[in-house]
Amino acid sequence: MNTHGSPKYATFCLLLKPLIEITHMSLDQEAVSRIAYLARLGVDESECAAYAHNLSAILAFVEQLNAVDTAGVEPMAHPLDTSQRLRPDQVSETDQHEKFQRVAPRVEAGLYLVPKVIE
Amino acid sequence: MFQKTISELAAGLRGGEFSSEELTRGFLQRIEKYDPQLNSVVTVTAEAALTDARAADARLKSGNAAALTGIPYLHKDIFCTDGVRTACGSRMLDRFVAPYDATVTQKLKQAGAIMLGKTNMDEFAMGSSNETSFYGPVKNPWDLERVPGGSSGGSAAAVAARLAPLATGTDTGGSIRQPAALCGITGIKPTYGRVSRYGMIAFASSLDQGGAFAASAADAAVLLEAMSGFDARDSTSIDRPVEAYSAALGAELAGLKIGLPKEYFGEGLEAGVGAAIDTAIGEFSKLGAEIREISLPNSSLAVPAYYVVAPAECSSNLSRMDGVRFGYRCENPKDLEDLYMRSRGEGFGVEVKRRIMVGTYALSAGYYDAYYLKAQQVRRLIRDDFARAFAEVDVIMGPTAPTTAFKLGEKADDPVTMYLSDIYTIAVNLAGLPGMSVSAGLVDGLPVGLQLIGNYFDEGRLLNVAHQYQQVTDWHRRVPPGFQ
Repeated sequence: MNTHGSPKYATFCLLLKPLIEITHMSLDQEAVSRIAYLARLGVDESECAAYAHNLSAILAFVEQLNAVDTAGVEPMAHPLDTSQRLRPDQVSETDQHEKFQRVAPRVEAGLYLVPKVIE
Repeated sequence: MFQKTISELAAGLRGGEFSSEELTRGFLQRIEKYDPQLNSVVTVTAEAALTDARAADARLKSGNAAALTGIPYLHKDIFCTDGVRTACGSRMLDRFVAPYDATVTQKLKQAGAIMLGKTNMDEFAMGSSNETSFYGPVKNPWDLERVPGGSSGGSAAAVAARLAPLATGTDTGGSIRQPAALCGITGIKPTYGRVSRYGMIAFASSLDQGGAFAASAADAAVLLEAMSGFDARDSTSIDRPVEAYSAALGAELAGLKIGLPKEYFGEGLEAGVGAAIDTAIGEFSKLGAEIREISLPNSSLAVPAYYVVAPAECSSNLSRMDGVRFGYRCENPKDLEDLYMRSRGEGFGVEVKRRIMVGTYALSAGYYDAYYLKAQQVRRLIRDDFARAFAEVDVIMGPTAPTTAFKLGEKADDPVTMYLSDIYTIAVNLAGLPGMSVSAGLVDGLPVGLQLIGNYFDEGRLLNVAHQYQQVTDWHRRVPPGFQ
């Protein structure tokens, strides 16, 4: 089994070292492949150079935020500073799984079908 | 018939001058005739529309019609519609027939409005030119070689060409106001939390807000009122009664304090656009408003903060598109990971993938504080700028976009330049304020939009201010040549 492609291996790498040095905002093609893998996005190798170029430009652009002094500023989660509403813990929806599963790519006996996960 | 206002259409329907079926057929014919040039409508629901129109006619006859009974509209293809494809401009949802209605869809049904179809848009609402749609770009009816703006480009182009008197939109960073400006119509994005997000396919949940397009502010008021209101199914919906917007359209503007942020009139603003905005401001002086310069010092940080917050939230929201429960699935996946990777790789377009990757990067272990948290702090600074401004003035005005409509393809390969076309609209989303755009002139035959920004829940005031302007000008009545 090739462990290098597995999500566990990727997470492990992330814990060991920063994904990309944050001090300079240029991403190389290898970094793009790793980010794409984290996002489970199939990106063709031939497209990586263009993504590296554009993502680097976007990150360089947002880098100007670093120049702002935000010490002591509370991050804004909601414009009106309202908090999440709570509701009584009661069943409010009816079972419509047949209707909702009609839009699924593959379903059998009320279950979503995916390729075999356990060998 | 296609140039009538909503109140004229409502009166005509009630007076028996024409039926909803005739009205609906009329607009369906305009879509059939003109849309091939524009590509603004991706799904036409003609049969259902005519059935609904006949039901509306019965309701009109019985005398218990609601505000929009029998009046046709087009619905942005981001709002789920039970039994009708809801593709959100993406290959990912090309075959997705929504199994339920968005709250907005339901509310418009209850109000009696007739849905003619679903409008083209940038893929998952990510774009400022409508060029990222899987269904191809929308053309601007004022010049078919130019973009209509985005992401609600289909809705804006369709209303500008009078293919429908009303259309819905959503605005995460300017996606109602910027296309309204570029197409020469009226568009309003209300306060965050005013219109339910339930069933409105999520892009960046802390910024997304539904709103309305129409030729005039008076028409937009009717649609927005029908769309608005508390919804327990949207956890950020605001529990507060909706103002009767149409009833608020009579107030005079004498003494109204209008602030012009100096940061919105600096470098980057096209001279012709600036001149048109100055002329529009002059009209408000004549109407008795007091004009004063204000400052929103953190304005330049809005676009960078947005391009952290929005991609971060999109990378999380779009993780639900995994090829398992709904949406596109690749052919012959060899294992589960291959299924995820290829379904998402093939199902999403380039701009969506870019933003997912920026967001994934910004949220990845070790970077959350440096990017997302920092951007959320800057967001508060931006909101505080507005709070200080609204202590001094009632309404803020300026250009909606720095330029008129640009050419198709002109900015498509340069994301950062494209992002800057929303330089005046994005701060409003970050702060959660209501904003609108009204047509304020033509430069070389292309429309210019005047942006109006209000304090929280000041939609009624904004609509009235825009309405008073439209009583003394006629830009909102201009129809692009070729669509008359």
